[in-house]
Amino acid sequence: MKMHLSPKLYSPAVEQAPTRNGYGEGLVEAGKKYPEVVALCADLTESTRTEGFKKAFPERFIEIGVAEQLLATVASGMANYGKIPFMSSYAAFSPGRNWEQIRTTIALNNVPVKIAGMHAGISVGPDGATHQQLEDIALMRAMPNMTVIVPTDAIESRKATLAAAIYLKPVYLRFGREKVPVITTEKTPFKIGRAEIYREGKDVTVIACGSLVYEALIAAEHLKKTISVQVINCHTIKPLDSKTILRAVRKTRAVVTAEEHQVTGGLGGAVAELLGKAYPVPLEMIGVQDRFGESGQPGELMRKFGLTSTGIIAAVKRAVRRK
Amino acid sequence: MKRITDIRGLRLKANEIRKDLIKMLVHAGSGHSAGPLGMADVFTALYFAILRHNPHKPLWKDRDRLFLSNGHIVPVRYVTMAYAGYFPKKWLSTLRKLGSRLQGHPERERMPGLETTSGPLGSGLAQAAGYAYAARMDNKKFRVYCICSDGEHDAGNHWEAVLFAGKYKLSNLTAIVDRNNIQIDGHTEEVMPLEPLEDKYKAFNWHVLHIDGHNFREIIAAVDHAKAVYERPTVIIAHTIPGKGVSFMENMPEWHGKPPKPEEARVALHELRTLGGKIRGEHE
Repeated sequence: MKMHLSPKLYSPAVEQAPTRNGYGEGLVEAGKKYPEVVALCADLTESTRTEGFKKAFPERFIEIGVAEQLLATVASGMANYGKIPFMSSYAAFSPGRNWEQIRTTIALNNVPVKIAGMHAGISVGPDGATHQQLEDIALMRAMPNMTVIVPTDAIESRKATLAAAIYLKPVYLRFGREKVPVITTEKTPFKIGRAEIYREGKDVTVIACGSLVYEALIAAEHLKKTISVQVINCHTIKPLDSKTILRAVRKTRAVVTAEEHQVTGGLGGAVAELLGKAYPVPLEMIGVQDRFGESGQPGELMRKFGLTSTGIIAAVKRAVRRK
Repeated sequence: MKRITDIRGLRLKANEIRKDLIKMLVHAGSGHSAGPLGMADVFTALYFAILRHNPHKPLWKDRDRLFLSNGHIVPVRYVTMAYAGYFPKKWLSTLRKLGSRLQGHPERERMPGLETTSGPLGSGLAQAAGYAYAARMDNKKFRVYCICSDGEHDAGNHWEAVLFAGKYKLSNLTAIVDRNNIQIDGHTEEVMPLEPLEDKYKAFNWHVLHIDGHNFREIIAAVDHAKAVYERPTVIIAHTIPGKGVSFMENMPEWHGKPPKPEEARVALHELRTLGGKIRGEHE
């Protein structure tokens, strides 16, 4: 299938936008299309990009205050009634603080609340470790009934938000604060639960999510004369697209996962579980190695923690050596 | 389902419900005794005299919604629902058993009519408030009730909901607090004092009513009163006796979280059958 990626993908002129912006646009669009959509926010309306929805549909916006447990439980009640609530806050607090409420009143209760976790990852930068959510994918992935999506750029974020609105299950959507390259276009296919092969290759498969998909593509481009790298955008971490992943890995027989999250329990963990059961091959994991983040500029932190194309290139070489 | 219009009828129904509760708990071998017995009168009043509902159409869209925040007292809800005709009484013996719709704590998808999944304390009122908010957006006329325990007032999530419902003036929401003064570790005023509870709710812009939670006239009158309160949610603080109807369980915190043993159940059932020794039981 043709991926219709940005023609400027490998150029320094590639456009940049925060994924949260795509969420904001998608939310307004979902509001226009579906009258059941309501938005709840915990005192972070502007930075979670819920402001556009609030302006367009003031009567369908509910201010919750700094109370993430309330955010989850009120959203649960509204979904139980028949609304489609999008609840947004920083991922550090939601699902960081309200995990049990999400588990009992949303996931076990099985009501279609959409949880948007903003400012995820270390790239939130100067705020430091307290606000750098690096465990949310693990928290949400371990929960039955929950779907987990990490969009790669602003355009995919908009599509994911729209798709989540009519997905009849609870969904966790993860977004970042900083601008990241816009690598997809309106025509790029997106379907919840389907990983997409963005670049063909035969030596190693890099399975990435979020902004690390871009870093993986840059790594692949850099290595093209020596190692043929296949790149998969695995935006849906649960349910994992095991069919696409296994088909790819049977061909390359070596895997690198890349994500802005702890290597424990996130995308890397999910892929390791799959491959361990179905097709064990050498696996390298790019992610945060069981430590907390710290203050710094986003770029500095991504470099320090190895969450860059350079880090991926090294991991690809390690994976190839282990074949 | 026939509504019960006389106080004596409600009292007898509640007594029947208490007897089945004891049988159910002894059969289950685990679960809570004091809370369910203490709330048997409130549940009887709700299902037989107050709620607009249809046991044959548990998802009827105009029904009043009854949320149970303190999910651990769900046995009394199960028994009352069975008596109201939601499901066969013989299912009551499956409480807490493998494959049963009657889970140890209520699960919405397992049993229509439970309205939500609950158990972890402090989260029910917020769900009911979210529901009431959504219903008001669509001008729905049904009412949303939420039963809470006093012990769960220790939880921050509960007070967040009290703030929320006060801010948004959810007059279609009525909370009924089972003020029985006990929780697992002892008396509420020792574990974490809640008084002055009325003043706290008032300070959060709620309308507050106190009732004797075993007096059917007061229960019904308070709920009617709440319907007439304008631009405020109402909390009915129902003063109840935990373990009500079984002398050795009444007001004893140790009966909060355990079921009776068969011998204790025999004594309890004797008390309930004889209305505390006032009449001769049919099986004596």
